[in-house]
Amino acid sequence: MKARVFITLKNGVLDPQGKAIGHALNSLGFRAVGEVRQGKVIDLELSERDETKARASLKEMCEQLLANTVIEKYEIEISP
Amino acid sequence: MKSAVVVFPASNCDRDAAVALEQVTGQKPTMVWHADTELPDVDLVVLPGGFAHGDYLRCGAMAALSAIMRDIKAKAEKGLTVLGICNGFQVLTEAGMLPGALMRNARLKFVCRPVGIDVQESQSLFSRKYESGQRITLPVANGVGNYFADDETLDRLEGEGRVVFRYAESDNPNGSMRSIAGILNQKRNVLGLMPHPERVCDPLLGGTDGRPLFESLLESLS
Repeated sequence: MKARVFITLKNGVLDPQGKAIGHALNSLGFRAVGEVRQGKVIDLELSERDETKARASLKEMCEQLLANTVIEKYEIEISP
Repeated sequence: MKSAVVVFPASNCDRDAAVALEQVTGQKPTMVWHADTELPDVDLVVLPGGFAHGDYLRCGAMAALSAIMRDIKAKAEKGLTVLGICNGFQVLTEAGMLPGALMRNARLKFVCRPVGIDVQESQSLFSRKYESGQRITLPVANGVGNYFADDETLDRLEGEGRVVFRYAESDNPNGSMRSIAGILNQKRNVLGLMPHPERVCDPLLGGTDGRPLFESLLESLS
């Protein structure tokens, strides 16, 4: 199965890159753009077939390496 | 005093650290490759500046999982003295050996210049040759040096006298919370700092304000 992990900064953690992107969009004329937050997407292929096990193992991967949980949060999406 | 400097792929201040250590202690440090599994018998380990593993994923994230870090972490828990400079500080936070995290600089620029640093705490293995309140000048060179921790952690660091170095007022180069430039772990045997003391240990290189840090270690660990 395939998995996609979204890693974003926790609420309240300053995101200077997101801010810079927001300013750039405003200066391109996209006036409707308010706050912008930037994150990462990591796509993984897993040999695991059991979704519950896959989810548990992805959670471990996020906690141990993919995210720094001091500043980041993660979301896991699984597709067959 | 016996010391070792860890070399990660893309460390680039390892030799500067080795030269500073040799000049101050009179003994050549052992250079230890990141894939080695065991440290030699030393009193001090230095994690140098650089861009270990190309800063992939997050600065220090891969290095924190290297074989040698497992040994360093175990020995630090038993009291081994560890100094992390710049990328070394990032590795220590990623390894969970120091609290908080280092983030992109608030103004998104790589900052490379001398900055005023206030020594907040001379009661440590790393800073006893400075005086509390002393203003020194150390170079910084980082793009990801913006220290972040939650308020509770910051209060604890300050309350326990674990903020050893702070950027001088209005000279915070990266947006670090409470102007934090260097902190200790709870046991006070692990220090991480973003500025580079090893680059200012010889008058030929423009200053000697970093030298007392290594002299402190020599006095503490000999």
